[in-house]
Amino acid sequence: MACFIVPAVEAVVTTIATKVVKSKEIKSENLEVGLDSKDIESVKEKSKIPFSRKLGWLGNLLWGGSGLLAFEHLWHGEVVPWFPFLTAAGNSADAAEMLHEMSTVGVGMAGLVTAVWIGMVVVSSALEKKSDEVEEQSEKSLEEA
Amino acid sequence: MTLLTTVFAAIITTVLWYKNAPKNEMKLGTLALMYWGASLMWMVDAIAEFIELKSAYFTPEPMDMLNDLFLGLSVVALGLIIWLIILIVKDPKGVVRAALLKNKN
Repeated sequence: MACFIVPAVEAVVTTIATKVVKSKEIKSENLEVGLDSKDIESVKEKSKIPFSRKLGWLGNLLWGGSGLLAFEHLWHGEVVPWFPFLTAAGNSADAAEMLHEMSTVGVGMAGLVTAVWIGMVVVSSALEKKSDEVEEQSEKSLEEA
Repeated sequence: MTLLTTVFAAIITTVLWYKNAPKNEMKLGTLALMYWGASLMWMVDAIAEFIELKSAYFTPEPMDMLNDLFLGLSVVALGLIIWLIILIVKDPKGVVRAALLKNKN
C-alpha cells in the first residue's frame, strides 16, 4: 500500500548524513594537508574507503529500492498523482491497514537493506585491514632485507 | 515474478560491474545497488505475502504471472532509464562535456 515510504524516509536521512560526513571529511583532509603533507598515516587513511562513500552505498540501495517500489505502487493504482497521493489515505479503514503495512513490511524492508549494508561495511573494513597488514608486512620484510 | 526479474537484473549488473572493476566509468555499481535494493525490498514483500497465502503463493494464476513479468520488465527498464540519466548528468568519461564544448566552438 505504502510500504516504500519507510525506506524512502531513511533514504532522505542517509543522503543528508552523507553530505554532512563528506563535508567533514573534506575539512579534515584540508587540515591534514596543511599540517603535514608527508605524514604517512594520513596517506594510509586516504587509501581507505571514506565513510561518506560507504553511506553512499546505503543511499543507492534505499533510493533505488524505494523508487522502483513506488513505480510498482503506481502500476497497481495505490499511488496517484493527485492529493492525497495514496488511495488508501482516502478512508480511515484503508489508512489503518496502510499504517499497519508500513510498520511491518516497510520497517522490515528498511531493516533488511540496512542490515545488508552493515554487512557490506564490515566486509570492506575487514578487507581494508587485511590489505594494511599485508602492506605493513611487505614494508617490514623490505626493511629487513 | 517481479522479484525474480529484479534479482536476475541485479546479478547480471553485478557481474558486469565486477568485470569492469576497479574502473567505474559506467557507474554500473550504482545500477547494481539500485536493483539489489529493490530485490531486497521485494523479498520482504514476498515473505509477508507467503505468511498470508502459505503454499498458494507458489501457484499464482497465469494472468497474474504475466502481469508480474510485465511489471518486472518495466521496473528493469525504469532502472536503466534512471541509471542512464545519472550517467549523462555525472558524465564520468567527460563525453557529454566534450560534445557540448565542441558544439560551442
